[in-house]
Amino acid sequence: MDKFEPKIVSFACNWCTSAGADLAGTSRMEYLPNSIIIRVMCSSRVDPQHILWAFKKGADGVFIGGCHPGDCHYIDGNYKTLRRAKLLKKLLKDFGIEPERLCLEWVSAAEGKKFVSVINHFTEEMRTLGPLKLPEEKRI
Amino acid sequence: MKKRTGVFVCHCGINIAGTVDVKNVAKELSKHQGVAHAEDYVYMCSDPGQKLIENAIKEHKLDSVVVACCSPSLHESTFRNVTQSTGLNPYQCEIANIREQCSWVHKDTEKATNKAKKIVKSIVEKVLRNESLEPISVPVTKRAMVIGGGISGIQSALDIANGGHEVILVERSPSIGGHMIQLSETFPTLDCSQCIMTPKMVEVSKHPKIKLMTYSEIQEISGYVGNFKVKILKKPTYVDPDVCTLCDECTKVCPVVVPNEFDEGLTGRKAIYIPFPQAIPASFTLDIDSCPGLVPIACGKCADVCEPNAIDFDMKPEIVEEEVGAIVVATGYDLYGMDKIAEYGYGKIPDVLNGLQFERLLSASGPTSGKVIRPSDHKAPKEVVFIQCCGSRDPELHKPYCSKICCMYTAKHAMLYKEHVPDGQAYVFYIDIRSGGKNYEEFVQRAVEEEEVMYLRGKVSKVFQNNGKVTVWGVDTLTGKEIEINADMVVLAMAMVPSNQSNELAKKLKIALDKDGFLAEAHPKLRPVESVTGGLFLAGAGQAPKDIPEAVAQASGAASKVQAMFSSDELHQEPIVAAVDEEMCSGCKLCIPICPYEARVFDKEKGIVSVNEVLCEGCGSCIVACPSGAAQQKNFTDDQIYSMVDIILKGD
Repeated sequence: MDKFEPKIVSFACNWCTSAGADLAGTSRMEYLPNSIIIRVMCSSRVDPQHILWAFKKGADGVFIGGCHPGDCHYIDGNYKTLRRAKLLKKLLKDFGIEPERLCLEWVSAAEGKKFVSVINHFTEEMRTLGPLKLPEEKRI
Repeated sequence: MKKRTGVFVCHCGINIAGTVDVKNVAKELSKHQGVAHAEDYVYMCSDPGQKLIENAIKEHKLDSVVVACCSPSLHESTFRNVTQSTGLNPYQCEIANIREQCSWVHKDTEKATNKAKKIVKSIVEKVLRNESLEPISVPVTKRAMVIGGGISGIQSALDIANGGHEVILVERSPSIGGHMIQLSETFPTLDCSQCIMTPKMVEVSKHPKIKLMTYSEIQEISGYVGNFKVKILKKPTYVDPDVCTLCDECTKVCPVVVPNEFDEGLTGRKAIYIPFPQAIPASFTLDIDSCPGLVPIACGKCADVCEPNAIDFDMKPEIVEEEVGAIVVATGYDLYGMDKIAEYGYGKIPDVLNGLQFERLLSASGPTSGKVIRPSDHKAPKEVVFIQCCGSRDPELHKPYCSKICCMYTAKHAMLYKEHVPDGQAYVFYIDIRSGGKNYEEFVQRAVEEEEVMYLRGKVSKVFQNNGKVTVWGVDTLTGKEIEINADMVVLAMAMVPSNQSNELAKKLKIALDKDGFLAEAHPKLRPVESVTGGLFLAGAGQAPKDIPEAVAQASGAASKVQAMFSSDELHQEPIVAAVDEEMCSGCKLCIPICPYEARVFDKEKGIVSVNEVLCEGCGSCIVACPSGAAQQKNFTDDQIYSMVDIILKGD
């Protein structure tokens, strides 16, 4: 049987993490191809409902990348993201979703290498965790 | 009405096509719902590539465009301009990043091609739901403010004022001049620092377009690019500069002596004082923190002897409000405290000085009129040890960065010392000599060869007093030998750190600081004089350690950015801002405290919270806070994000 390949949706802020992913590309660093980036202006644009929606639609993992604390282009958007993600992680269990399936990391525009290791690590983690099995009534 | 999108897949030579099967991507996308046309080309950004998009838009009556190519940070504006040239709204063009975020990071063609298809499809889903937007026009107040009256602030202020715009120069101390006016000579030309600085200071004071506000601090700032409102606290000097004749009678009777900041504490000054003879504005200041009291019963001696009656004890702090369109932040540096490196004996040994104190000793206008003598016994020091990298390049204990100017000014110090004490010997402890800069290496060589300065590669472990001498224990890492020098004086090249109140100021201005506390530039390579906040520019050593020519260059750069901004009557901002559906908004106000820009305002009449589009920076955090979904970010709507997620997760 083929190795399980998780589907990962990544949300990356325009100023830091998406630029960090660009730097990984410019530096030709290879990483696992399972995640696809949705670029938003700030990680604080990511609604917990977007994350739940992704899980509902078949994502095995959701990654959010923002600027480091103190470096947010919009002053403190990343702190809002942090609070929302922490709260959501507590709720995920009740939905039958392992909290580890949501990953929030700070990746700056200068951290191409960190982006690669974060994505590789998260993908491997999701491979080990296996596919997300939502109870039938929670799927659509 | 259904949209007709065109998809244009770029090969980027083999940069994309080497890994991604671009023809396959174009073929599959041509079948995607909403896509009216798809094709690939070797270089979309080339002239023929752009022409191809233009023709396709006309031929296939496209109303929106996705270009699958490199990062949007590179060619988004190129392709939006192409789109606009055909009469379409530029916001109907989006970039799918299949190079940096796909072909360059994956090697397997099948996997990379599949990923590229999904990336392009997700952007197609977005563009199908994109609104046509117009940039938001903002009027510009064509006046500038410069914060900090050192060489950088002075240069910026003069450049902007000479460009014909009004400038308010705000300096917190009683005189402009900054650290440069304290220096003796400057490297590598050995120009007298005051001689080249004072003409600029005078020019500032006489310039009809410059309003100088010394002894003043920024208290509050609001507004946005082109339209800032700044409240400035003008501290009372208790001396009317228009009446003061600089007769100096007041300082003779003043009973209070405190360390003189201009001489870095090597001398004292009175509570009423003029910082230095060439101070601008040329006037005395009564330092309320050291004055025994502003009432005649406490002292009042200065007022008694002041013949022109310039001293006014009733002067009150004043809040001045100014409206400006741009602000240059030139807050400069301080030296890292010598007390932080206890092993070098600061506080215990009077003959251990920092670089700026040594400048004052060398300076013809200094406390000794340029005679190099030891503070302890006023004898000429015959052996002087200069220690570089004091606090710099020491990530474990102090600052991790290189302070950049110390190698050069230490060479200058050693050279000038030899000029003052020809039979003396100078030693320099260094880690590396960093002399990048025009004529800098030659200058260091001159110190080594002509002035016979002894350069020792290594660090100093301890400095202590020993029989009237200052003994230095160090190691020469080139010979591996321990070294002991019984010197007469030790000069520490302390690290440069951001000036002490720049942290607070940065918070008020909403400028980010880097990990070392310096003001953060918008881009380390391509936008070094801008902050990430529109309309705020950076100049000088507040942004990073730098020498005078670099500070001046950055100051002029910031000034020309300001002038470019002032060259049009309106500014244009990205329209991807928050919008509110008035029918859905319940006026719960949850979005108001979330917004860091105070862009969300409660409209009492309508009972809803509206958006000030000019203030909104488009982060989207209020959209998430909105419980009803009444708020949406233009072209980043929930609907768009959901449909992007859907297509990414759709089975193959």
